[in-house]
Amino acid sequence: MSAEEKTPKEKIGVYVCHCGTNIAGMVDVVGVRDWAQEHLGKDGVVISRDYKFMCSSLGQELIEKDIKELGLTRVVVAACSPHLHEKTFRTAAERAGLNPYLTELVSIREQVSWVHTDKAVATEKSKSLVAGTVKRIVYNEALEKLKVPINPNTLVVGGGIAGIQAALEIANGGFHVYLVEREPSIGGHMAQFDKTFPTLDCSACILTPRMVEAGTHPNITLLTWSEVMNVSGYIGSFNVTIKKKARFVNEELCTGCGICMEKCPLKVIDDVYEAGLGFRKVIYTPFAQAVPKYPVLDKPNCTYFKNGKCKACEKFCPTNAIDFNQQDETLNVEVGNIILATGYDLFDAGKVTNYGYGRLANVFTSMEFERLCNASGPTNGEITLRDGKTKPESVGIIHCVGSRDKNFNNYCSTICCMQSLKFAHIVKERTGANVYEFYIDMRTAAKSYDEFYQRILEEGTLFVRGKVAEVTDAARNPGEEGKLIIQVEDTLAGKQRRIPVDMVVLSSGIEPRADAKQTGKLFGISCSSDGWYIERHPKLDPVTTMTEGILIAGCASGPKDIPSSVSQGAAAAARVLDKILQKEVELEPIRASVDEAKCSGCRICNNLCPFNAISFIDDLAVTRINPALCQGCGTCVAACPAGAINGTGFSNEQIFAQIDGILMAV
Amino acid sequence: MSEQFEPVIVGFTCNWCSYRAADAAGTARVKYAPNVRLIRLMCSGRLDPTFVMKALAGGADGVMISGCHPGDCHYIEQNYKALRRFLLLRRTLKGFGVEPERIKLIWASAAEGMRLAHEIDSFVEEVRKLGPLNWPTWKDDQHKAEPVMEVTA
Repeated sequence: MSAEEKTPKEKIGVYVCHCGTNIAGMVDVVGVRDWAQEHLGKDGVVISRDYKFMCSSLGQELIEKDIKELGLTRVVVAACSPHLHEKTFRTAAERAGLNPYLTELVSIREQVSWVHTDKAVATEKSKSLVAGTVKRIVYNEALEKLKVPINPNTLVVGGGIAGIQAALEIANGGFHVYLVEREPSIGGHMAQFDKTFPTLDCSACILTPRMVEAGTHPNITLLTWSEVMNVSGYIGSFNVTIKKKARFVNEELCTGCGICMEKCPLKVIDDVYEAGLGFRKVIYTPFAQAVPKYPVLDKPNCTYFKNGKCKACEKFCPTNAIDFNQQDETLNVEVGNIILATGYDLFDAGKVTNYGYGRLANVFTSMEFERLCNASGPTNGEITLRDGKTKPESVGIIHCVGSRDKNFNNYCSTICCMQSLKFAHIVKERTGANVYEFYIDMRTAAKSYDEFYQRILEEGTLFVRGKVAEVTDAARNPGEEGKLIIQVEDTLAGKQRRIPVDMVVLSSGIEPRADAKQTGKLFGISCSSDGWYIERHPKLDPVTTMTEGILIAGCASGPKDIPSSVSQGAAAAARVLDKILQKEVELEPIRASVDEAKCSGCRICNNLCPFNAISFIDDLAVTRINPALCQGCGTCVAACPAGAINGTGFSNEQIFAQIDGILMAV
Repeated sequence: MSEQFEPVIVGFTCNWCSYRAADAAGTARVKYAPNVRLIRLMCSGRLDPTFVMKALAGGADGVMISGCHPGDCHYIEQNYKALRRFLLLRRTLKGFGVEPERIKLIWASAAEGMRLAHEIDSFVEEVRKLGPLNWPTWKDDQHKAEPVMEVTA
């Protein structure tokens, strides 16, 4: 406003891009160019040009030449969205010796030419947007990128196959990894499976060597029975607090001989590893191949902790490794990057009440069935009904339980079709029973998956296309007594069917972890409406998140089979290695800072920062902002009643000037 | 009035969701009313209420504020702070004698170009109905602004 009288202090160049006909087709580019030259001269515009493709090397050279020859101090490019080419033009300006933050883009393609239909109006809008940016850029400051060193250590959260893979890749690259797992052993869901589709190789046979490698790798610190409690910091230097829960077993003395488990007199139902079908001792490792081999004592169930008597494990331990006085330990580790491979929860099949799980004994979930047919499971791999003796003569496998269903989860859980086909094969092989598969659509789209489907068809499994309405034990017709009857509309035959079977397997879908939201909050990443973690880009950047330094792999970001989870673990590791090898990372200098002379110490801003970047200095009664923690959202800037907080890149002066400019052309 | 009133609207969007929604609308060639001029902020939480006052004082007939959906904020929860300020701001505007309907807060994710376009269209219509923002004049005797309709927050 006051600049009208004075000579403008900056020399601004305005460049209007045609983008072929993308912009020029709807905006009078030459008109905008001339208008800027004519009307914005008092704001400092010394040159205004148009060009067919500003982003081409010739277009960029045009800007570079003007910076050098005309001594431009600010550059405004009216072209596409800054998310597309801001970097291009800032880099060009930098080549010519101008600080990159003194160049701004005006989006007259995405926000004007592509979305409007009246050329005159579109041209007017372009002019006002250019005016806004010209007035704003006068107040832009030359900024330097913040460079922060990368701590070469990495935290991997979740010891399933994705997490194991990520940890191994980084460790093999020569850098240290902390692998945190909240269960007593790594292995994840894959350790519970009997066979893996489509090759039918034994899950434990392929997983165990990886687990052992992770457990013995000199670059991996394995922290099982542990949970991340707190995360602070930013990419390059996160400070992570990990709670190592008391195992009541001294890991340095324990040899993993297993005598304590043998001697422990009390068995309890194993809801986690055995999916409620089998038992475990109170001092236990979840399975024989567990890594690490040290057992965990289940305190709430332990006779000694309840009654003060027993101590059988302690009596028989040959190395005196049992320690009833062990306490939870808190560890602090410093890492540069974090990979979340926190996996999934199984959909609770009991929610689909019409399928009778929990009410009808011989309705099983897919995980129960995995344990049932696993040679190391509660029945040693014998497929039996709930009584543990009777072999089923017919088995119905229901697909999409809790998936592709508006009442539960809308998405396809990806793995259930193949899992169900695998079950059909195993049932046929072990019991010779008739197998029915009830499916909505068959989804077998990956390498060798459809061939597997063809094989199961040839083996004589009967496929019924239709969503099962109900599983009931109410016999209506002869031959149905004592059976489970599956009521389904056969959509291919166009009729209702009632199929009596001995056993029903519900191929449950998979869901985000029940605590995925809290975990996301802990690490500063967000979940989609379904609850899966959001990747930076669903196609082009599936393993990073919007928060620098936090990566995701495996089912944490959505349902995946084992090959995809392994690929993602490796991909996330590659990203981390890339960052570690660069040794430092550049951060955008969009930050808030406090002018302590203006700060009245009112503390209004103190509770606004979700990144804990704001702290109050009691001695001086002022607030300070840690630039490394600040993410640049600007909420505190807007809140400060004294105007003592400045937000670089988006200062009050810049925004006010932009509003002036935008409204000027009206 | 033969020609219809074309309101001037200033829009503030966050960098991560809503500005990208505008990009998405462009890429998909979704057509919408040209009355809104967008100003990019890093977060809707950056919105200083004085920006809105400044825009209205400078000739805008309405102000649109747009951020990420609740729970999806790039800065975790700052859009909730924008919401709080917005609700207060509506009351403040009413106190100034300006229809609180002249400001609008919407949520649009980076994928919701269509939604953003739709919201812009409907807001332009709403402001068109309100007519130009003629700042209320002080009554000679009472020093009181003209009363306007009730606020429902």
